[in-house]
Amino acid sequence: MSNHSQAHPAHLQHHFVDSDQQFDAAKMGMWVFIVNEILFFGGLFCAYIVFRAWYPDLFTQAATELNTVWGAVNTLVLIGSSLTVAMAIRSAQKNQIKGLQINLLITIALACVFLLIKYFEYSHKLHIGIWPGAELYTYEGIDHPLAHVFFSIYYVMTGIHAIHIIVGIGLMIWIYIRAKKNEFGSEYYTPVEMVGLYWHLVDVIWIFLFPLLYLIE
Amino acid sequence: MATAEVSNKKTLKVQRFKPSDNPSNTYLTDEKGVWAWMTTVDHKKIGIMYLVSVAIFFAVGGALALLLRTELLTPAKTFIEADTYNQLFTLHGAIMVFFVLVPSIPAALGNFIMPMQLGAKDVAFPKLNLASFYIYVAGAIFTFIALAQHGLDTGWTFYTPYSTESSSSVIWVTMGVFILGFSSILTGTNFITTIHKMRAPGITWGKLPLNVWALYATSIIQVLATPVLAITVLLLTMERWLGFGIFDPALGGDPVLFQHFFWFYSHPAVYIMIVPGFGIISEVISTFSKKTVFGYWAIALSSLAIAFIGFLVWGHHMFTSGQSAVATTVFSFLTFLVGIPTGIKIFNWIATLYKGSIKMDTPMIYVFIFLFLFSIGGFTGIMLGALSVDIHLHDTYYVVAHFHYVMMGGTLIALLAGLHFWWPKMTGKLYNEKLAKIASVFIFVGFNVTFLPQFVMGAQGMPRRYYNYVDQFTAFHQTSTIGSYLLGVGFLIILYYLMHSLFKGAKSPANPWGSRGLEWQATSPPDFHNFDHTPVVIHGPYDYHQPMEEFQLGLAVDTNGHDSGTAKEVVDKERDQWKNYSLG
Repeated sequence: MSNHSQAHPAHLQHHFVDSDQQFDAAKMGMWVFIVNEILFFGGLFCAYIVFRAWYPDLFTQAATELNTVWGAVNTLVLIGSSLTVAMAIRSAQKNQIKGLQINLLITIALACVFLLIKYFEYSHKLHIGIWPGAELYTYEGIDHPLAHVFFSIYYVMTGIHAIHIIVGIGLMIWIYIRAKKNEFGSEYYTPVEMVGLYWHLVDVIWIFLFPLLYLIE
Repeated sequence: MATAEVSNKKTLKVQRFKPSDNPSNTYLTDEKGVWAWMTTVDHKKIGIMYLVSVAIFFAVGGALALLLRTELLTPAKTFIEADTYNQLFTLHGAIMVFFVLVPSIPAALGNFIMPMQLGAKDVAFPKLNLASFYIYVAGAIFTFIALAQHGLDTGWTFYTPYSTESSSSVIWVTMGVFILGFSSILTGTNFITTIHKMRAPGITWGKLPLNVWALYATSIIQVLATPVLAITVLLLTMERWLGFGIFDPALGGDPVLFQHFFWFYSHPAVYIMIVPGFGIISEVISTFSKKTVFGYWAIALSSLAIAFIGFLVWGHHMFTSGQSAVATTVFSFLTFLVGIPTGIKIFNWIATLYKGSIKMDTPMIYVFIFLFLFSIGGFTGIMLGALSVDIHLHDTYYVVAHFHYVMMGGTLIALLAGLHFWWPKMTGKLYNEKLAKIASVFIFVGFNVTFLPQFVMGAQGMPRRYYNYVDQFTAFHQTSTIGSYLLGVGFLIILYYLMHSLFKGAKSPANPWGSRGLEWQATSPPDFHNFDHTPVVIHGPYDYHQPMEEFQLGLAVDTNGHDSGTAKEVVDKERDQWKNYSLG
């Protein structure tokens, strides 16, 4: 435990005894939140499992409409961004504020690339009539009466994931601004590490989404 | 962190801090004004704001219930239309479940009391705590928008396919529930972290108050179950809005899948509602028996056991929905298992009473009411869990009576016990004990007159949610309605004397019940930071055989630079000589 007789560091909130307690609490809270997120996506994975078990044909046929190449590129982009966010945390721990800022910027850029590719994928599908939900779905290239169900699941899973990416970009911009103000260093880098944890989670979820949606045969 | 070090037989220098009966500074005198309240991150003020909101929703939900009961006075139409009736029972259920029962004990009482029981200054994430309150308000606004539009007539369970076809404002309410879920998730996340990381020196897991254990189990359920509800109502919204085809059979979906999703949250949710009540009962029963709780670990761990088993029983809501026979049998068996940890609790509470110095103050009266009503609710639950019996009783008033005995006879009575127990702590005022006892009689008699007849007519075949009924049930329905009026009178009396105590009540001493609980070793009402010292705990929270002064210890001022800012103030207070205690 740190020495009590020292003056409080600026980052220490009043209701904590010391920085260690504050960091431990933040980290634990973040892990509980991650459990939350997994349960949230768990519901969608459950729906996926149920419908794939009922209609295996539907899934193999409909998945051919998804562009495996761009999906793979996006997977690489996200894995790369996970590396750079980990490097950002490491930079903060080692007091390399410049490195922290650069790594954050690269991560933000990679996240934007992911969204851009996703945008082209979505707009292509919407263009040929693959809309979410039976009411708007007009595409006739898949010979299955329930083709819309697969794409409902596809859109809601990747859509909620994309919302998480957008939130992550916002968080990293916030961290970047604070890093510019020199708020982080080896003494205090809690928010950087928490955003990093969140970003890894978003990444891991995509690593499950990609094979389940794009790579089935 | 702190606790890990303390458990290594570390010697701390402590001194006694006797709480003043006339505190000059409290959380109520600090930061006054509406804006200060609305932007506060103080867990006590947030708890009070939750309590007021829950009370308002309870009044609305209760008024709807009285309208429903009044309509049921006669077999045919009494004074409202059938469609209105459908909306009223839906709103009664939705408001009572989502806006009253779920947040009532954890977010209102738990928020106020739990950090104090841990000797912490606040919860781990005070800003999230405030955010959770405003998210709750936002969820409420969505629900009221639905009311202003076309209401809701699906029942609180939103079963498909009706919820995708109904002409009422389903999406507004499902979005309201979606938003509300985040409030619950944030509270749960906050509480788990607080219990793990914010305990004062000496509070090991074996010295946690049982109320904290109960809130811990509750928070685990909130964190694991609520996200599933969120995704369920989101998919339901999409189903209704875009025709997703996941739940709607006309589009290739499966309505039973919706029921699985829904009850995967909503069955554990009944434990979100009742388990915190168990915590309150443990606290009150020990304080008013002046005796160590019998079977501390049995009560503490049975809360976790209920949380665990509670996740495995959701299928008992679907015995008649076309679930496979094997699944049904397994779910029925698992449902019986929940009775074991619950029974363990009841027996341990009874054993705590044995040879205790029982004092029948109002909180204790509610504990006895709880034991009586909740036991009935629990046993009838076992009957409903039995397969063949459930086929007969499914969707009858028997089910209605069962869950009112559990939810109202259990959770709400426990809430009343906790409210009367901690009212002096929260407000610094004493309420009128005589009126409180009269009100408790109204509540007890009114409750049984309302719901006992429902068991009988349910067993005779009266279906739930029906607007009309056959003549043979008239006497039961009329008795039930009279009982509901008695209940209403009881709650009005409670409202009256609590409001009266706020403005004209006698001042409460710091510890009117002589409790050993840590929250009672602060002033009433507490200081803005709960304690003006760092509390140190050397005994369990129910060690009534130990002298009171050993429960009023805090870190001696000069050993902890953290408290140096307030050192002068502390030295001026009454104190014994310093002592050294080994913690371990």
